[in-house]
Amino acid sequence: MTEIILELKKLRKNFGGVVAVDHMDLTVESGSITSMIGPNGAGKTTIFNLITGFLKPSAGNILYRNTDISGMKPHVIARKAIARTFQNVQVFPQMTVLENVMVGRHIRSKSGFIISVLVPPFCRREDKKNRTDAEKWLDYVGLGHESDKTAGSLSLGNQRKLEIARALAMEPKIILLDEPASGLNARETVVMGRLIEKIRKMDITVVLVEHDMELVMDISDQIGVINFGRCIATGNPAEIQSNPEVIAAYLGE
Amino acid sequence: MRHKDYMGLGILLLVIIFLPFVITNDYYLGVLVFTALNCLTCIGLCLLMGYAGQISLGHAAFYALGAYATGILTAKLGWSSWMAMGTGVIISAGVAFLVGVPSLRLKGHYLAMATLGFGAIIHIVLIAAVNMTGGPSGVVGIPSLHFFGIELNTDTRFFYFSWSTVIIGLLLALNLIHSRVGRGLRAIHGSEDAAGSSGVNTSVYKIKVFMVSAVYASVAGSLYANYVNYIDPGPFDVMHSVLLLTMVAVGGMHTIWGAITGATVLSLLPEFLSSMSDYFESLGLSYQPDYDTLIYGGILLLMMLFLPEGLVDGMNSIRRITSTMFIRARKKLVF
Repeated sequence: MTEIILELKKLRKNFGGVVAVDHMDLTVESGSITSMIGPNGAGKTTIFNLITGFLKPSAGNILYRNTDISGMKPHVIARKAIARTFQNVQVFPQMTVLENVMVGRHIRSKSGFIISVLVPPFCRREDKKNRTDAEKWLDYVGLGHESDKTAGSLSLGNQRKLEIARALAMEPKIILLDEPASGLNARETVVMGRLIEKIRKMDITVVLVEHDMELVMDISDQIGVINFGRCIATGNPAEIQSNPEVIAAYLGE
Repeated sequence: MRHKDYMGLGILLLVIIFLPFVITNDYYLGVLVFTALNCLTCIGLCLLMGYAGQISLGHAAFYALGAYATGILTAKLGWSSWMAMGTGVIISAGVAFLVGVPSLRLKGHYLAMATLGFGAIIHIVLIAAVNMTGGPSGVVGIPSLHFFGIELNTDTRFFYFSWSTVIIGLLLALNLIHSRVGRGLRAIHGSEDAAGSSGVNTSVYKIKVFMVSAVYASVAGSLYANYVNYIDPGPFDVMHSVLLLTMVAVGGMHTIWGAITGATVLSLLPEFLSSMSDYFESLGLSYQPDYDTLIYGGILLLMMLFLPEGLVDGMNSIRRITSTMFIRARKKLVF
């Protein structure tokens, strides 16, 4: 039996009277691609924000490798090798593409304030290693030739790739991708799909929120359908496509 | 990028070495010493504003803490200047920690509010705590600095010393910017959420860089006290904080060189204006020093309207625009 890397147990989040996520149960197997689909406003991004510590759950638990991580701060969760991207791309626009990825190396390097102030950049071995590692990840997502540009000047598609490169540079165990294909054209979406499969082959678990059904059905091992903050169905792509509840939620009755 | 930074440092060093041979007037050297002190404070402020995206409206207070630590400890208690400066640094960093912790744990510009209040409080304390600070009449008889046995008692000596401090401050700031921590700080400025999810402890980083910038201001304040040998609350009011902020904004807060440029331009501007006033008087117009504020305001307004990225970035874009215009004009000539 494969190991379970992430488990949501009766997760609940309400903003005052508005219940965004309720009784959410989901298990993610290590090394799989799990997708969450559902209409806009169903609570998918809220779930991501709960897992990565940007929001605190109102009730329920998030178990990551059998330890409860609910309510921890984002940077603490990041240090546990959980990486994420954002629905509205969040690159650091004024930094170069390479520096963006080097920020991803943050949790894999140590030097603190005092060393950073006192030791000039050309004397730092750790920094050189960070740089070569970052270059490696840029090549991996196919942005190696853009490394000296500022991140803000990249196209949206390349900014999404850059976000993924930054996340991968953390050497995560699990990566949460929030609509990586939104705003991309058909060709770019295919490239993105290949990239996600490539990530899974490195033994990194992928959790995906995505609206592009073709992409989701193509690459997912498991799909969870979210509607009104609840998980109404889970299963492999074939099961989901023939599930009457899902069809009802998507097409209306 | 880095090579450019070190080239800039080299050029600055050469200018500093040769400037006293050109400018021999003690008054102008004194103005340049104040320029250096402003540069030092602005480097710290730039780290905070341009690289971590936080605004402080209370840096004059840290300047004051440094100056009064030196003033009180040396003139009244007879400590050595260096010990006093070190104590000032520790006090400033500690105070920055206390002010920063509650306001920097929150997102948004709470630091600006907190420091505005803090700056006002410090200024009032300087005036009211007569027993300790001497009140409005200040602290007198602050000894000059001794540097390896050389007393820094002439303007030329202090000019070299203060600008050397600026160079060291710049070097350390550049080290910080091009480091893991510096990238973390710039990441916070770019996107606090993405920085957090990359593992940067955003609130701790913001607090620490605030402390670093307070230390810069405190050292500048100590040097000020050592240089003028006399301090009173006058130069440490909230308007001075605003002026420091203006310097960084005018020069361009996204590069440390912008802060240096802004600090230099705005420190020399009053001298320029007062020499201009002679000219105006010959035209029958009287120029009052109060008009300086008007001109500062006007400069800030124009900068924000036309060069929001500051002088240094502005110069680059002007160069780009003129070069494209030049190319276009040449194309027209050819065809």
